[in-house]
Amino acid sequence: MLTYIIRRLFYAIPILIGVNLLTFVLFFIVNTPEDMARAHLGDKYVTEQAIQDWIADKGYDQPLFFNAAAGGLDSLTETVFFNKSVKLFAFDFGASDEGRNIRSDVVDRMGPSLALALPTFLIGIWINITVALMVLMFRGSKLDRFAVGIFVTLMSVSYLFYIIVGQHFIAKISRLVPVSGFNDGIDGWRFLILPILIGIIAGIGAGSRWYRSLFIEVSGQDFARTARAKGVSEAGVLFRHILPNAMLPILTGVVVVIPTLFMGSLVMESFFSIPGLGSYLLDAIRAQDFAIVRAMVFLGSVLYIIGLILTDISYTWADPRVRLS
Amino acid sequence: MTTALQDNPTEVARSTTEQAAATAEKSLALSVNKLNVSLRHAPYMPILQDVSFQLRKGEIYALVGESGSGKSMTSLSILRLLPDALKITKGSIALPDTDLFSLTEQEMGAIRGKKISMIFQDALTALNPVQTVGQQISETLKLHTSLSSTAIRERTVELFAEVGIPEPEKRVDWYPHQMSGGQQQRVMIAMALACEPDILLADEPTTALDVTIQQQILELIKKLTHSHKLAVLLITHDMGVVRQTANRVGVMYQGKIIEQGNCGDFFANPREAYSRQLINSLPDMDDYLPLKVQQPLLKVEDLAIHFPVRKGLLQRINSYTKAVDGISFTIGKGETLALVGESGCGKSTTGRAILNLEKVTAGDIWYNNLRLNSMSRREMLPLRKKVQVIFQNPFSSMNPRMTVGDIIEEGMVSLGLKLSRTERIERIEALLARVKLEPDHRHRYPHEFSGGQRQRIAIARALAVEPDLIICDEPTSALDVSIRAEVLDLLLELQRELNVSYLFITHDLSIIPHIAHRVAVMQGGKIVEQGNTEQVLNQPQHEYTRKLLNAMPYVY
Amino acid sequence: MDFEIGPGLLNESVLWTILWSDVLIFFLVGAITFFILSLKKNPQNRERWQQVFSTRLGMSSFVIIMAYVAVALVDSVHFRKALPSIPAAAQWQTSEQVFYSNEVNSLLDLALGEMGEMPERTYSAPFALKSWNKENLLLPDGERVRDYPELAFGGSHLDNPEDFSRDIVVNSLLGIAKGLAIALLFIGLHAGWLKKNGSGTTTLQWRAGWITFAIIMAALGWLVTMGNLYHVLGTDQAGNDTLYESLKGIRTGVLIGTLATLITMPVAITLGLAAGYFKGWIDDVVQYIYTTLISIPGLLLIAASVLLFQVWINNNPDYFEVGLEKADAKFLALCFILGITSWTTLCRLLRAETLKISQLDYVHAAHAIGVSHFQIIKRHILPNLSHIIIISFVLDFSGLVLAEAVLSYIGVGIDPAMASWGNMINMASTELSREPAIWWNLCGAFFLMFTLVLSVNLFSDLVNDAFDPKTKLEAA
Repeated sequence: MLTYIIRRLFYAIPILIGVNLLTFVLFFIVNTPEDMARAHLGDKYVTEQAIQDWIADKGYDQPLFFNAAAGGLDSLTETVFFNKSVKLFAFDFGASDEGRNIRSDVVDRMGPSLALALPTFLIGIWINITVALMVLMFRGSKLDRFAVGIFVTLMSVSYLFYIIVGQHFIAKISRLVPVSGFNDGIDGWRFLILPILIGIIAGIGAGSRWYRSLFIEVSGQDFARTARAKGVSEAGVLFRHILPNAMLPILTGVVVVIPTLFMGSLVMESFFSIPGLGSYLLDAIRAQDFAIVRAMVFLGSVLYIIGLILTDISYTWADPRVRLS
Repeated sequence: MTTALQDNPTEVARSTTEQAAATAEKSLALSVNKLNVSLRHAPYMPILQDVSFQLRKGEIYALVGESGSGKSMTSLSILRLLPDALKITKGSIALPDTDLFSLTEQEMGAIRGKKISMIFQDALTALNPVQTVGQQISETLKLHTSLSSTAIRERTVELFAEVGIPEPEKRVDWYPHQMSGGQQQRVMIAMALACEPDILLADEPTTALDVTIQQQILELIKKLTHSHKLAVLLITHDMGVVRQTANRVGVMYQGKIIEQGNCGDFFANPREAYSRQLINSLPDMDDYLPLKVQQPLLKVEDLAIHFPVRKGLLQRINSYTKAVDGISFTIGKGETLALVGESGCGKSTTGRAILNLEKVTAGDIWYNNLRLNSMSRREMLPLRKKVQVIFQNPFSSMNPRMTVGDIIEEGMVSLGLKLSRTERIERIEALLARVKLEPDHRHRYPHEFSGGQRQRIAIARALAVEPDLIICDEPTSALDVSIRAEVLDLLLELQRELNVSYLFITHDLSIIPHIAHRVAVMQGGKIVEQGNTEQVLNQPQHEYTRKLLNAMPYVY
Repeated sequence: MDFEIGPGLLNESVLWTILWSDVLIFFLVGAITFFILSLKKNPQNRERWQQVFSTRLGMSSFVIIMAYVAVALVDSVHFRKALPSIPAAAQWQTSEQVFYSNEVNSLLDLALGEMGEMPERTYSAPFALKSWNKENLLLPDGERVRDYPELAFGGSHLDNPEDFSRDIVVNSLLGIAKGLAIALLFIGLHAGWLKKNGSGTTTLQWRAGWITFAIIMAALGWLVTMGNLYHVLGTDQAGNDTLYESLKGIRTGVLIGTLATLITMPVAITLGLAAGYFKGWIDDVVQYIYTTLISIPGLLLIAASVLLFQVWINNNPDYFEVGLEKADAKFLALCFILGITSWTTLCRLLRAETLKISQLDYVHAAHAIGVSHFQIIKRHILPNLSHIIIISFVLDFSGLVLAEAVLSYIGVGIDPAMASWGNMINMASTELSREPAIWWNLCGAFFLMFTLVLSVNLFSDLVNDAFDPKTKLEAA
């Protein structure tokens, strides 16, 4: 088991290097720092001096890969690649274009993101599975077809529509909860309840439909028939045989998402003015702050890879056939 | 694996006749009356038509028929577990005191597993993979008895011991995948017996197992039938299994029972032509092919194929699975060598190695003094004409998206036979006629043909390039018994006419006398015995050969 | 790419303007038609499609999708109108030089008549005769009042505002009747053709298709007739007709749903097949590439790439003659980037399936009869992967249409110069909070988008059922 985890961590290194190279190529070679400076400083009437100052200020004035002038080991470290890309491996994200420390921003904003994303995620899964199981009880009946129709309809509605309409009717017209904002501590629930609710409702269609088809697939397997032949009731078959066997595909889809919850939800956070990583990133995108975007790409990949490893580990717990070696 | 339950075949046959005589006095356990089942959305398509039979205590009733004849649907109807697409339209199924169709679903739950229990063909998929086998048996006990949990565990261990699972105390906590196929089927049987049912439905309980294991499981079912006074419905396609175990037989054909009666009478004097066909599908062990002495066409010398097993942090190769471990044999011109063994013994790997589709670890394969195993893909090309192959599964051996004509033509084109388009078409039509199909079948697609017809198309594909050697990898084992003989006869006929050689890979000893001049028995990657078919089958030298022969179903 | 065509084809001379996305969409429609025709040869595939179209739902949703595609195609033939020549300028023009409008129109604009050319000053409600906002008005008698001004176009044909309701009823009936007449003509032709060529006993649900077609045509007839007289769905802040904007959004929606998958499909197929068939180091490389791409959160990769492309466009403005060309380039880049992030899933599926198929006996048999690698892939593997490609194409479609809205909200989506539902919904989020709320912008975009996505989802369910071997097994 431990050997396996260590090996998986080794495998993660080339992938992270790949991610890094890709972002480096995108951010520094496809578009040169000069292009970025122009984009940032706006007008074409900006002076050459202003551009050079901007580049120097951000530390983009070093050579990309090899600094012949520095000599020794410094010829490798005194480069854009080392300072902007390699340092990410140490979670040293540097400063944003506005000069703020990205790392401390990220740490500050993880909390609110998680406060929104985690309940949405957990309650969402719970509700989706429950709904899917209930529908499965009526498999083949009119109710089942009706429910599937509802799922497909819910799925076909844009996520933005849920947010806009939900916010409009529940917060603005009914005034049940504040329209937007955030508050640390216990008192914050008033701000969170609406986005969580909307997040869950927006996910019910696709989620329940997926779980339903998953359960149907498992219930078609031979052991379900064996259980029925033993005299187990339909509910017993569902909960004791189908659900545990469906765990493996459920975990595949679910566990990998857990670490990325830290990243928050871009759209939801910005609509409800929640100061999490999602809205941080969105602001960065709108302000074209590439330093932040680059850092977040790296962070996202790291979290995803952690998710993959966690998925594999969770298999061993859900399925006795899986042994990691 | 225990061998304690194994009997001598002659004893088996004698005891069967005794039971047949005693049948009349046995009391009724279940009666099926004029059962009709049809597709839910197409009621005019009957799946079962007026099926009637009775099960009696202490007796095995065998329902025989080919795939799709409706025998499994009959057993599922008894438990009322038919797939959603099917519907019972008429008839009744009754225990001595209850009509099963009048019960509510909840009452039916109390019957399933308690009065009537069932075992399925493939034990590995029929067992829940994420529960221990012990848990699965206790579930049945918990549902139908009021035993305490310690009592349940004791009873489970007891059941394990009864069905012959070694170390029962330990193995109740195992998961299904940790057990061998035979043991999994024993677990299924233990689960079925847990609540002392009156009736046991066994749906092809041994089909997925190797012959030696099959024998043990059948003996177990027979023993339990007597000791527990069970009424058993044994569903099978294998007449040998029927002959060995059943008291009474019903022959099913296209959803109807066309003939039923006592086992002894049935085999001695079958009434229907179809029944005779089924019985005749059993091999005749006295008729051997005359030996041929020929110069060797193919020579295999010390062939070894090892697959690496990777382990550890750096995934280094730290051991090898020895699929084939140093075997040697020869095949002469116009001769058939049968390569016999149970699943996983390396016989198919050997076949693929001769086709140069598998990397050889050591040893040589010589074809007419050409060394095949060191050839590149390009060098091998001219020789592909000479060595051809027919696979086991006629459903996966043909591309579903090509017409039969294209399938047969492909080899002629890729191997550069210098033929014009019209000549090729003539050739395809001649080949189809040769394998007893219609020439204009070349426009059709594989899925429009039955298994036997597909296998003949596969033969035509192999013949299209005029090979000298055809590797037949279990060509008949996926076919229904009545069709097997036809395909084998066709292969023999072609051999006589075209003087081709066959390497006939099979697990089924019973067809060997009919087809092979010589036989090689493989076990664990090694050939344990080889020689003339008559000699090996009549005077087996190796213990494993004897074991295989003992497990083989006979008809006397 | 511009082609000048003299007078004669249309009354005035026009400059045909071909955007890159136009080329792609016509190429694509051709490719899909060819693909479907080639699939028809195989009876198994025919059976599967038959299964899809033997349900009323399948036929109806397909007709709806086709209606959207048709609108998108009509909207993809672009031209620039010639500007009326200025007499004063003509004096010193030696040749007949014509100047073209900077605005790019499409055939759809012609079909919709005046709808796109009835700008108001600002917001107005559906069927309104007056503007939404009060303005300072100068009455004929010279008095200045603050009131709702009359709309410049909406209902301007009415002599008397009291005729309003009668006018609506009359023109509605007229519009619907026009639409139905066209629909009946086509249905009649088709039914006649079926009678002549059809085998008689068909399970295909033509009737459901016809009814859907008639409903769509009736709706279109009504919308076009009414849309030319009133602002059926009101106007937006800049005074543009909302209905027109929503209809123009169809092209964007359909294109993003198809192009994004199709641009990168060749990559996914090639890499997936190569990895699954040749295994070894090729497999390692392909797996490495897609794991790396998957591990970057999709939204982030898209955002980063789009931002960078935007920077590039802004720094190279010379490549684009008119605004729409710039928007089109951005749009194509977006499609490409969306494709890059979604091909990995298809590639992984294809790799797994190729691994499975290349272990099947018929591939072994093909090796045994000396078929070359290329031929094995072409004849034995690729055709047996087609169901996966079809399913993933149809499944991805609706996801991409929905994704466009979110991306436009984030600011990395469609250029505001191009009509898109995402941009409309995006604007609607602030409009709803006005007092009183402006709801029609949201409605127009939402309704068209929802109909498209719902039909595609329903259709893809049926396609999935028909083509997925797993569901086949279940039915057997």
